[in-house]
Amino acid sequence: MSNWEKDPILKVEHLTMRFGGLVAINNLSFTAGRGDITALIGPNGAGKTTVFNCITGFYKPTVGRMSLRHGHIDIDAHVEALTDTAGDSVTTPEGSLYLLERMPDFQVSARAKVARTFQNIRLFSGMTVLENLMVAQHNPLMVASNWTLGGLLGLAGFRNREKAAIETAKYWLEKTKLIDRADDPAGDLPYGDQRRLEIARAMCTEPVLLCLDEPAAGLNPKESLELNTLLRAIRDDHGTSLLLIEHDMSVVMEISDHVVVLDYGTKISDGTPDHVQNDPKVIAAYLGAEDEAEVEKIEAEVGL
Amino acid sequence: MVAANEKEISAEAGVKKSRVKTGENGWEAFSSTMEVFVQQLINGVTLGAVYGLIAIGYTMVFGIIGMVNFAHGDVFMISAFVALIVFMAVTAFLGMGAGVIFLALMLALLISMVVTALYSWTIERVAYRKLRGSFRLAPLISAIGMSILLMNFVQVSQGARNKPIPPIMRDTIHLFERNGFQVAISYKQVMIIVVTALLLGIFWYVVQKTPLGRAQRACEQDAKMAALLGINVDRTIAVTFIMGAALAAVAGTMFLTYYGVVHFSDGFVPGVKAFTAAVLGGIGSLPGAVLGGLLIGLIETFWSAYFSIDYKDVAAFSILAIVLIFMPQGLLGKPEVEKV
Repeated sequence: MSNWEKDPILKVEHLTMRFGGLVAINNLSFTAGRGDITALIGPNGAGKTTVFNCITGFYKPTVGRMSLRHGHIDIDAHVEALTDTAGDSVTTPEGSLYLLERMPDFQVSARAKVARTFQNIRLFSGMTVLENLMVAQHNPLMVASNWTLGGLLGLAGFRNREKAAIETAKYWLEKTKLIDRADDPAGDLPYGDQRRLEIARAMCTEPVLLCLDEPAAGLNPKESLELNTLLRAIRDDHGTSLLLIEHDMSVVMEISDHVVVLDYGTKISDGTPDHVQNDPKVIAAYLGAEDEAEVEKIEAEVGL
Repeated sequence: MVAANEKEISAEAGVKKSRVKTGENGWEAFSSTMEVFVQQLINGVTLGAVYGLIAIGYTMVFGIIGMVNFAHGDVFMISAFVALIVFMAVTAFLGMGAGVIFLALMLALLISMVVTALYSWTIERVAYRKLRGSFRLAPLISAIGMSILLMNFVQVSQGARNKPIPPIMRDTIHLFERNGFQVAISYKQVMIIVVTALLLGIFWYVVQKTPLGRAQRACEQDAKMAALLGINVDRTIAVTFIMGAALAAVAGTMFLTYYGVVHFSDGFVPGVKAFTAAVLGGIGSLPGAVLGGLLIGLIETFWSAYFSIDYKDVAAFSILAIVLIFMPQGLLGKPEVEKV
């Protein structure tokens, strides 16, 4: 039994997203394992980013359930009961269960602890690198500042928390090799640095699940390798599970434990990198074959 | 604005008197110009401080949700009425001693800030929040509606006549006197300038140095992204309305003490001027709003003093038009950054 079946962190069931007549995601179900690097791949327009948008509260899905758990609460035992209530979460001594589709966007990050990065980078370009990371720690800082009153008076409790937040920010700047640029406006950084800063910012929210939308896009091979190291470190040292969309197959096959393949909004394959790599449906989707007969022909040609 | 006009007229009368006395010869003419200039500078800065305080409310709301809150001028008018009611109530019970007046003003300021903030919060909640995802003109129309609603509400509940407070703080500090023209700064003006500077300082600190201010700046740049980092964008916007209204309430209380009267339509002209100030300084920019406010105040005062009081608004708006032709983003505004 694979890790994502034994120890899931995210379980997506029957997710469907329609925009008017267009079906972007059609009845998609998959699970992402805790401590796994799960890759979501597929040709352009397959609906990968839409899945991310649904998970992080950017879109409200047309149909579907997305359950995320903290701790070791049994998803299957609690999810039906939770769905029948009007609530969006349940907490037991073993852990908590969240229904992401019911949560407003800011709570997906604040309570369910899901963070994400974007394919087209979305930093606060007018703010400094350090400030970008401080914004990501807004909620604990806001509490520590007694909703600004303590912050205004410069109370010790707030000052200490602010120092701790700066330390966290520095830690991630070291990890992403951006410490020298801490006081520069984020918009002035080169492209590769901005990508890493987005990851650092997402990690400052202390996520249990980090969703990365094409983190390797536009990186050169050296940067791509460094990215792999960084992502592994995030998984191994911080217990954060990763869900990533990636076009670069070398990255996907190298670092992922589990691959889900989408085409036209439907799941066509799901399994280990090896399994997916040899799945004829995946090959057909990537080579653009129209029907089974053609797939067989292609398979024959490539010698499968 | 009747009292405002009286004030301006008397300032102009002072100018004319000094012109008659000094005659046309060299140094005397110049030094008399200097005195008039200094006096008008003081008056202009006072007026500008009030405009600047209101302009911040416009500029912050525009920065964070890209909407012109046309009801903001009327929120300012409401604050002056609240201050008036508090002031009258306190002095009715405790008399008109110097200490009481100070206490009454402080109470008027505080209560006006709280009540006005509540008004502004309610307006945002009722009239703007639901329309935020709607097409761009919807919240604008709603804001104009709110403006008219507030005006009529005050007209009906407080009456359509000017509401005065007893004259207070009439003492002035004489700075210098030459050629029969006294340059003076009144206690009221000192109070307005000091309180404005103090509150701007606090406000600047909140926006630059506290988590709340960081969240506001983040929402201004990319509200969706801020939400994905766990920031409650709706609440941050509500707080922005509250802060803008609190500053407008400071302006309203100052306006009341300065002119001594308030009228239900008093929100309109200062509101439009403050909006102009925000655009002149570069809408979305906080220092720009203050600078714009000061400039509009100074232009208006100097134009009234040296040229024609009838055309002071023409002057202020003409200068706005000229600045915007050559600097479309305003004086301190950033050029449009393209959002990806």
